[in-house]
Amino acid sequence: MGMMSVPRFWRNTKARYLMVGRRCRRCGQVYFPPRNLCRRCRRRGELEEVRLSGRGEVYSFTVIRTPPVGFERSAPYVMALVKLEEGPMVTAQLADVEPERVRIGMRVRSVFRKIQEDGEAGLIYYGFKFVPVDEDDVQGE
Amino acid sequence: MKRVAVIGVGLTKFGELWDVSFSQLFVEAGTAAINDAGIDGSDVDALYVGNMSGGRFIDQEHISCLIADYAGLTPIPATRVEAACASGGLAVRQGVMAILSGMHEVVVVGGVEKMTDLSTERTTQTLATASDSEWEAFMGMTFPGLYAMMARRHMHEYGTTREQLAMVAVKNHENALHNPYAQFHSRITVEQVLASPLVADPLRLLDCSPITDGAACVVLTSEERAREFTDSPVYITGSGQASSTIALHSRERVSFVDATYNAGREAYARAGREPGDVQVAEVHDAFTIGEILAIEALGLVEVGAGGRATEEGETSIGGRIPVNTSGGLKAKGHPVGATGVAQVVEVVLQLRGEAGGRQVDAEVGLTHNVGGSGGTAVVHILER
Ligand SMILES: [Zn+2]
Repeated sequence: MGMMSVPRFWRNTKARYLMVGRRCRRCGQVYFPPRNLCRRCRRRGELEEVRLSGRGEVYSFTVIRTPPVGFERSAPYVMALVKLEEGPMVTAQLADVEPERVRIGMRVRSVFRKIQEDGEAGLIYYGFKFVPVDEDDVQGE
Repeated sequence: MKRVAVIGVGLTKFGELWDVSFSQLFVEAGTAAINDAGIDGSDVDALYVGNMSGGRFIDQEHISCLIADYAGLTPIPATRVEAACASGGLAVRQGVMAILSGMHEVVVVGGVEKMTDLSTERTTQTLATASDSEWEAFMGMTFPGLYAMMARRHMHEYGTTREQLAMVAVKNHENALHNPYAQFHSRITVEQVLASPLVADPLRLLDCSPITDGAACVVLTSEERAREFTDSPVYITGSGQASSTIALHSRERVSFVDATYNAGREAYARAGREPGDVQVAEVHDAFTIGEILAIEALGLVEVGAGGRATEEGETSIGGRIPVNTSGGLKAKGHPVGATGVAQVVEVVLQLRGEAGGRQVDAEVGLTHNVGGSGGTAVVHILER
């Protein structure tokens, strides 16, 4: 999205750096990205922090070839819906994999990487991406 | 619900209109609609404008005031409505509710977007603000990317083929040949779609609606007052709107658009109609997969059968249920805030028998407009 303000990014660092989500004590639903209201229980819900394993599988994916501002130097890159083993699904880049090898159901794990650069402000944003779990899927050097 | 009459419609040419400004676009469509209705500007009680992102596209907010001013309609109340690409459809619904409530008697509803002043990167970035900015766009996701992941899942679950997606684009380009307001007047083939550059796999350039400038406008009034102005009103008999999660990743399914289903269900119920009654439909084909998802969730075809129905010509002009006779967003063009209003214009022209070379035989029509990847949907049923 480019030009995200420092405070706006900073508010989410726990989730972006450590994959800390929320779990509802009342119904057990896990939320990631984090929310401060349970969608099921609403005001009766009670959310606590939970750190996710970062393990999951590819639910769907695409290769971005027309990038938005901030990602010009990354394109083409693989984006996926990753179904985490704790239940929630998240949108993230896949790294260290050839686009042709990505498939629905592929097992992945999270890693800490650079997400985008804001050329105008000179900021670099970090967060999680996912890489294949199985050695055969990892892109060779 | 009580019926609301559409007594006038107007459009600008859709396309890359570098020499026409934002306010000029709206005034042109609005003037056409008011002329078509045979009313005077002084008859208008209120104005609703659908616009997604004047702020980002042309550095202009306070769109409602700007439009009322340049259209010479001050001091009537003017209200901007925003729900990303569904802004226009929602503006129509606001107009319908204003009439039904009795608050206003003659309402002008317009939609307008000026998109071609920005670079492709900035436009891509602006459209991505219809997603969850912090958790989709920030991660590098784009709008075509979201629909690409829906397409991939639909292909995985139902066996929808790459060729069937292409056939949506081929059909809609064919329809647009007969629409003088359309951005494209070019016949394309499945082979051309499949050879066009990849934008977000598996979607290619010719699967995507273009970047478009344009405006559309309708004039609404009550059933009681309609006969003062016209002998051939078309009625909005049903209206439905629904929300879903803003992020695609928060939904149970991505191969089915629940907001479309819910909006459709409300609209059908209000009109006392069923999917089988619909004889012409304008649906939200911002991407080819979008049309397939739409006709499935609206019940026009079975879930999972949208690709096959397209391949078998069911949704072509002359088929069982013609879809996007205007050329759709794909070929008519997609000035995002104007699209939902332009869909109503097309169905009105069809029901009046004024659709020229793309005319179908229909008494009941439907419009379907989506915001984001399915976070908002709005459906209207129209009858003559
Ligand atoms: Zn709960």
